[in-house]
Amino acid sequence: MKKLLSFKNIVISLLILLAIWQIIFSLSSFDSALFPSPLQAFQALIDMISSGVLISHIGSSMYRFAMGYVSAVVTAVLLGLILGRLPKVFQYINPAVQLLRPISPMAWMPFIVLWFGIGDIPAIVIIFIAAFFPVLLSTVSAVSGIDPIYLKVSKNFGIRQPHIIWKVIFPASFPQIANGIHLALGTAWVFLVAGEMVGAQSGLGYLVIDARNNLRSDILFADIIIIGLIGLILDTFLKVLEKQILKSWGGAD
Amino acid sequence: MYIEVQNASKTFLQNGKKFTAFNDVSLSIEKGEFICLLGPSGCGKSTLLNAIAGFSPVTEGSVKIDGKEVKEPSVKNVTIFQNYGLLPWRTVQKNVELGLEPKKIQKEERHKIADKYIELVGLSAFKKSHPRQLSGGMQQRVSIARALAVDPDIIFMDEPFGALDAITRMKLQDDILSISKQEKKTIIFVTHDIEEAVFLADRIVIMTPNPGKIKSIVTVPLKGHRERTASDFLQVRDKIFDLFNMKHEEQIEYII
Repeated sequence: MKKLLSFKNIVISLLILLAIWQIIFSLSSFDSALFPSPLQAFQALIDMISSGVLISHIGSSMYRFAMGYVSAVVTAVLLGLILGRLPKVFQYINPAVQLLRPISPMAWMPFIVLWFGIGDIPAIVIIFIAAFFPVLLSTVSAVSGIDPIYLKVSKNFGIRQPHIIWKVIFPASFPQIANGIHLALGTAWVFLVAGEMVGAQSGLGYLVIDARNNLRSDILFADIIIIGLIGLILDTFLKVLEKQILKSWGGAD
Repeated sequence: MYIEVQNASKTFLQNGKKFTAFNDVSLSIEKGEFICLLGPSGCGKSTLLNAIAGFSPVTEGSVKIDGKEVKEPSVKNVTIFQNYGLLPWRTVQKNVELGLEPKKIQKEERHKIADKYIELVGLSAFKKSHPRQLSGGMQQRVSIARALAVDPDIIFMDEPFGALDAITRMKLQDDILSISKQEKKTIIFVTHDIEEAVFLADRIVIMTPNPGKIKSIVTVPLKGHRERTASDFLQVRDKIFDLFNMKHEEQIEYII
């Protein structure tokens, strides 16, 4: 019942969005090449799907996203587990992290293109940077905030390094780490498109630039909708996964 | 003597000030004894327990178990905490197996040992449950099973029933008393509950605060299972009340 209700909410919400779009289109005096109607965008979407263009762009985007995001999560969690246990070391690393963190990954783009050229790598690096810091910081804070009783108990039962990391520290801090991983997903997806707009010859971000260059605002809108849709699907997927894992973790609720 | 505490003191630095948790404490405990450390909060009873258990060694004097100076916690001496210390992501069974894992015991053997002690504390039906699905009393049973599973020489209990309701607490007191007789463990039990101490202990170590020290050690003359309402039980309890000066002197007014 609850699921049905939320599905109904989604449909109504999207219909309202479409209606506003259609109303603006009908009222505005823009040329339809500059501002397409929902129907024109939908037509462009169907064309791209049937010609297979869309799926190949989605394919290359998802590949870069998976590479950048997964490698960022793995490195950040591993590093965070270590640094969280070494507060004396982290206090010398933290200021540098705080300095690098607010820099938009896009600011590194010129260097990244110079060093790695055009292709898959720039977008992967951008996503890596975007996802790395939130996961690192949430992991460090989760690990240093573990209830000391878990460590006392492990010490008492003779659980030593490195077992204590996998048996106690990682699972104890996992709920908060998962939260950071989830948060980083949204950020990383935002920067995938930005990264592909500059450093790639394929992908959903490149499609934005390509549509602009060809004055195809219908393709542009169709692409934007797909970007939003995939972001939503990824987020929902991770939310379900997170819930599932937390459940086997003993259930937060 | 099995456990030997000699002229032990523990001081902390707190906001730059020296704070004495307990001062010049001496205590000898024999193997198989059930000792209660009893006193109001701030008397250093938990700190003393932590020192004997090795979590935070004394700053002066010495603590020896079986002739060896205590410097760090040992697998042979397990502590049970007030807030259970269970790992919430593990099932009851995996929690009980925790202490067996570093011992390189085969998986089947681990299951067998865990099963035995989960049954002993009456939780066989909840083997696959997670701690959060259990009541406080059941969670403390799990941590008792986990402690027993590694077959320790000494069990330290730090106000283990302090967070439980009165009825559950009495049930667990019954259980821990019969377990201690059955498994023949040395148990050191911290509590601020006089009745609990009288019900459980062979000897009660009475501590007073500012600074924490041992006021007296009372040998409980009751043997085996005790009746909480029996007159000999109440007599011992009365004596302890006396030692804490908790009984008001009766002011009798005479009218002539």
